[in-house]
Amino acid sequence: MLSRVADAIYWMSRYVERAENVARFVDVNLHLALDFPEGGAQWEPLVATTGDSEMFAKRYGEASRDNVLQFLTFDRESPNSIISCLALARENARSVREIISSEMWEQVNYAYLMVMDAAKSRMALESSHDFFTQVKQASHLFVGTTYLTMSHTESWHFARMGRLLERADKTSRILDVKYFLLLPQPTDVGTTLDALHWGALLRSASAFEMYRKRHGGITPSKVVEFIMLDRKFPRSVRYCLNKAERSLHAITGASLGTWTNGAERELGRLNAELSYAETKEILARGLHEYIDDLQQRLNFVSQSVFDVFFAMKPVEPEEPQQERRSLPPLATSRS
Amino acid sequence: MHFDSYDTAGFFDEMFDAQARPRPETALLAGKLDALSPTELRARQIAAERALLTRGITFSVYGDAAGTEKIFPFDIIPRVIPGSDWQHIERGLKQRVHALNLFIADIYGERRIVRAGIVPESLVASAASYLPACTGMKPPKGIFCHVVGTDLVRDRDGQFYVLEDNLRCPSGVSYVLENRQVMKRTFPQVFERLRVRPVDIYPSKLLETLQNVSPTASPTVVVLTPGVHNSAYFEHSFLAQQMGVELVEGRDLVVRDGRVHMRTTRGFQRVDVIYRRIDDSFLDPKVFRPDSMLGVPGLMDVYRAGRVALANAPGTGIADDKVVYCYVPKMIEYYLGEKAILPNVPTYRCEDPKERAYVLENIADLVVKAANESGGYGMLVGPQASADAREDFKKRIEARPREYIAQPMLGLSRVPTIVDDAVEGRHVDLRPYVLYGDDIFVLPGGLTRVALRRGSCVVNSSQGGGSKDTWVLADTETPPNPSGGQSQSQSHIKINGSGA
Repeated sequence: MLSRVADAIYWMSRYVERAENVARFVDVNLHLALDFPEGGAQWEPLVATTGDSEMFAKRYGEASRDNVLQFLTFDRESPNSIISCLALARENARSVREIISSEMWEQVNYAYLMVMDAAKSRMALESSHDFFTQVKQASHLFVGTTYLTMSHTESWHFARMGRLLERADKTSRILDVKYFLLLPQPTDVGTTLDALHWGALLRSASAFEMYRKRHGGITPSKVVEFIMLDRKFPRSVRYCLNKAERSLHAITGASLGTWTNGAERELGRLNAELSYAETKEILARGLHEYIDDLQQRLNFVSQSVFDVFFAMKPVEPEEPQQERRSLPPLATSRS
Repeated sequence: MHFDSYDTAGFFDEMFDAQARPRPETALLAGKLDALSPTELRARQIAAERALLTRGITFSVYGDAAGTEKIFPFDIIPRVIPGSDWQHIERGLKQRVHALNLFIADIYGERRIVRAGIVPESLVASAASYLPACTGMKPPKGIFCHVVGTDLVRDRDGQFYVLEDNLRCPSGVSYVLENRQVMKRTFPQVFERLRVRPVDIYPSKLLETLQNVSPTASPTVVVLTPGVHNSAYFEHSFLAQQMGVELVEGRDLVVRDGRVHMRTTRGFQRVDVIYRRIDDSFLDPKVFRPDSMLGVPGLMDVYRAGRVALANAPGTGIADDKVVYCYVPKMIEYYLGEKAILPNVPTYRCEDPKERAYVLENIADLVVKAANESGGYGMLVGPQASADAREDFKKRIEARPREYIAQPMLGLSRVPTIVDDAVEGRHVDLRPYVLYGDDIFVLPGGLTRVALRRGSCVVNSSQGGGSKDTWVLADTETPPNPSGGQSQSQSHIKINGSGA
């Protein structure tokens, strides 16, 4: 498939997932604010979660509820606001309409029009829970529609890989920010437990109910284990990276356990580590440090994916035998 | 009831005859429409528009920062063309496109028609769309114009005339196919009983046409688009999807080892045929506009070497020139030894001193057009223009007479069209689509464009035009008896036409 098309499908999928994750943690914080009118909900960390603190400080100043909500939902200037993410997802989808199914196009188009309508009225911020639920549902519908209406070929794997890399990144950021606030020092582990905050953390990853079934009582180290390392929970970092790796290998045709490019190598190594990691090791090293390192490596994977598949390669004389020319053709690729 | 006050005076009406009775081929449709209450008719119109919007059949509006997309206005009352009329149109178009292709080949080749004194040398050299860089080029199988959209109009006498030829990148065929999808749901019974000829074959025929000129067996065909911001992007994407080929932008293509390749996730893949929807001047910055970001550097070298086919061929635009148009009937006689089946609209060439004098004198009664423009741009409709606009065009004509032609104001035929809660006649033209492959194929249908503003004859979408589905009927047999199941509503039709 065309590099440009692969790029657009990958990012279309990433942006829908990003919009969903922003809706998730904003929504959970709103609920916390209701439970703790006396400042139990903190808004500044939300901005930190999307990595836009500097821009926010410059444009808004104070991290009040309204400022943060506006910044993360309807601000067209903010690159990670829900509206910006869905606009970009739709732009990407529009440029590959002949590749994706018409149902996918209609769904992403619908999600965008829904947020555009919401932006015009104050209702979205007043009854915000309904709005964030709609955003999450729109994303779930898109994922389901993609699964059910698009052939699971190379393009589908680019969509899945983009979505899962994004989810792994956002899930780990949510954990990082919350954990940092709740337990600034690794030595504090096992001290005061604010069940509501931990519950909120789990809820923002839709992990509360599944966590209860798996571990029962809430303890910080079990929460870290569930969100970072659980094998079966579809939003855990390990689950996401495991499936992302499978998609990456489906695209290149290289068997799992081998690698033909930097993205496969780094992602394989990360997965091996997560497969054999123990929570106490992670906590001993420092969760923040661990996640920081994880994110740098995820950035490296993303950059490698770009270099290997999407980058516009030089036009002029090349060695006739290119690295990736030796790959076996995919039975599923369009020709 | 819709037709109680329907006015047929002064123009050829496609649904009613001069005595204001439904024509034999439209009686069934007229009866069906008449049986619907205004509310029902309106509801069907709204449902059709909604279907087009959710299917995303839209065009971008230039100069709108928010990237607004609009649907091309659509009217659910179709235009019906009986089989006998269509046979005439089909023969005429095949003849015309055949001759035009021979002309283009001749102009970039031996120039026999110039030496024979039929087409003046100066006319060719002065055409803005003439590409000296294409001299001596011989495209595969001698085909230059693979896809042609020729605009036809019907005057008061009911006769079809050729208004202009579009041999560069004629657009609109996606609307023909999508409008049809919507119409099959809007009037399924009438559609079935009238035996409307299908148009869905177009994408397969287009693919065959493109494969036909490939330099290799089992070719890779692509559609080349300027990108997502082009107003016809939907159509580019639609045709690629329907043909099952890649939609590429210039930046996806590179020239290496003397061939065109596209950049894919597994390296470079060779491309054999490019259905390009970008203008000649943007194709290759090394040969044409050096600032083109849409094209592919080195493309023309590969094309010259016969290692990639381009549809339509570069240089084809010479036959789009509105002064060259005047010579088409003579071309048909010269190359084919036949009389033109479809006549031209009488046209004054401002270049000719006598004709120019006539145009300047009578500009208030004429339509003036720029020779190298399309889409309704660079045009003056004399009878409707202000005195200032007329004076302005006079100055332009005197300054650059080669660039203008003038035609009498035609009385374009009309079709009943929904206007708010009433049905009124609106002027239409017809753009059939012609594919030049192994044989010349004319799609039985086409885009009926309608001027939605009362009295307007300008049908371009950029100027307040919309579209209708075009129903070409299967044969010339007597159509189904209208006094069948629909008899009751038939008897209600009364028309206050002039009866002229």
